[in-house]
Amino acid sequence: MPSPDIDPATIVDARGASCPGPLMDLIGAIRGIDSEAVVKLLSDNEQSLTDVPEWAEESGNEVLEVEGAEDHYAIYVQKA
Amino acid sequence: MTEHVVIVGAGTGGTVLANDLADRLEREIDAGDVEVTLYNDDPDHVYKPVWLYVPFGLREPEDGRRALSDLVDDRIDLRIDRITDLDSDAKELRTRDGAGTVRYDHLVLATGSTLAPETVPGLAEAGHDFYSEDGAEALREDLLAFEEGRVVLSVVGSPHMCPAAPLEFAFMVDDWFRKRGLRDDVEVVYTYPIQRVHGNPHIAEWAEPIMKERGIEVHTFVNAEEIDPDAETIETMEGDSIDYDLLVTIPPHAGVDLIAEAGLGDEGWVDVDSHTLEATAAEDVYALGDTADTGVPKAGSVAHYQAGVVAQRIASDVRGRPATATYDGKTLCFIETGMDEASFVEFDYETPPSPAPPSTALHWSKLSYNESYWLTARGLL
Repeated sequence: MPSPDIDPATIVDARGASCPGPLMDLIGAIRGIDSEAVVKLLSDNEQSLTDVPEWAEESGNEVLEVEGAEDHYAIYVQKA
Repeated sequence: MTEHVVIVGAGTGGTVLANDLADRLEREIDAGDVEVTLYNDDPDHVYKPVWLYVPFGLREPEDGRRALSDLVDDRIDLRIDRITDLDSDAKELRTRDGAGTVRYDHLVLATGSTLAPETVPGLAEAGHDFYSEDGAEALREDLLAFEEGRVVLSVVGSPHMCPAAPLEFAFMVDDWFRKRGLRDDVEVVYTYPIQRVHGNPHIAEWAEPIMKERGIEVHTFVNAEEIDPDAETIETMEGDSIDYDLLVTIPPHAGVDLIAEAGLGDEGWVDVDSHTLEATAAEDVYALGDTADTGVPKAGSVAHYQAGVVAQRIASDVRGRPATATYDGKTLCFIETGMDEASFVEFDYETPPSPAPPSTALHWSKLSYNESYWLTARGLL
């Protein structure tokens, strides 16, 4: 379960997208939100578990939490 | 009662499909049982791969244009008009120029990609591209006169048409300056939005050593926040600043507004079953080529193969038979690795690409295919 205080400004549903689709969708969403706002990325591509933290570290954004559901992941990223 | 098949968009996918249906459903069309209408807002068909060669002075934009009326079978009702509204519940369309509504029984969306440089501040003003006729011609003016400095090829948006083209341009521009004895005075720089040089890890793994060997400077995790045309820099979301003297970009892409307005998918790409190519949010609607959100490259070969699948499925449906044809993700690309050598990849949903060793024969195969493309558009090849 996500922390109750994480309130995503936008949800990006990238389930079904092949790599690097989910990461590019996330980057597009981060581009359009305010600083400190959170994007919730839904992905069923395991590569997202490494792609997203690598990009977040490179770009100074923060992965707040990763949830594993039955058939996909939810990754919460906060814009710096 | 005549069954009406409507195809929206006459790029590779829409044109190949129309000609395939004209052949496959010849009997039904001649008997008046089926009518196939193809809508396009440009009277010409445009073959975009020609644009890669325009900046080098090797081709002209008009080499990639032919009148649709010369390419499309006479059995097809070709309309030069634009679809402005789609109601997939009522199975109705509205057009820009026509009065009233157009009813369809089977709809195929092949509306393709458009460029959206305005999404990154400064990009339209500062960046050249070879993803449009105007862009390729403007780039030619600057590239032919460029003799020293930093040429930066930056992939700003993904997904984009022809995922191999940025690599091809980098390899070609390196070889082009090298052959002209100017490479020592020209830095060639390549940037990509993710942590490797191409979206497909197998192609990236193949390309990276070639770039290193050629002295192409690579920057990964580069996502332009804005371009500063005065300072001639790319300011990135990752906090970097990259200098350029000549900037060539792959601008962000989007589909047409009609798709999102009709509730069929985001950003102009239709959510489809990746094998049947049927829209997930509407009945009797297909999408193909760039328009279909399948995860495979936005490439002409994809549109070509998908058109054959959709034609078979629609023909089966018209004849009251189960539609069994499916798309397996087949993609085929030539990749120029210089001015006179190329590689080649073929892959599908299950089989990853394995680039062929670059050769002169593959380069000439690519140029030969570009010449014979017009037979593909006519449905003959």
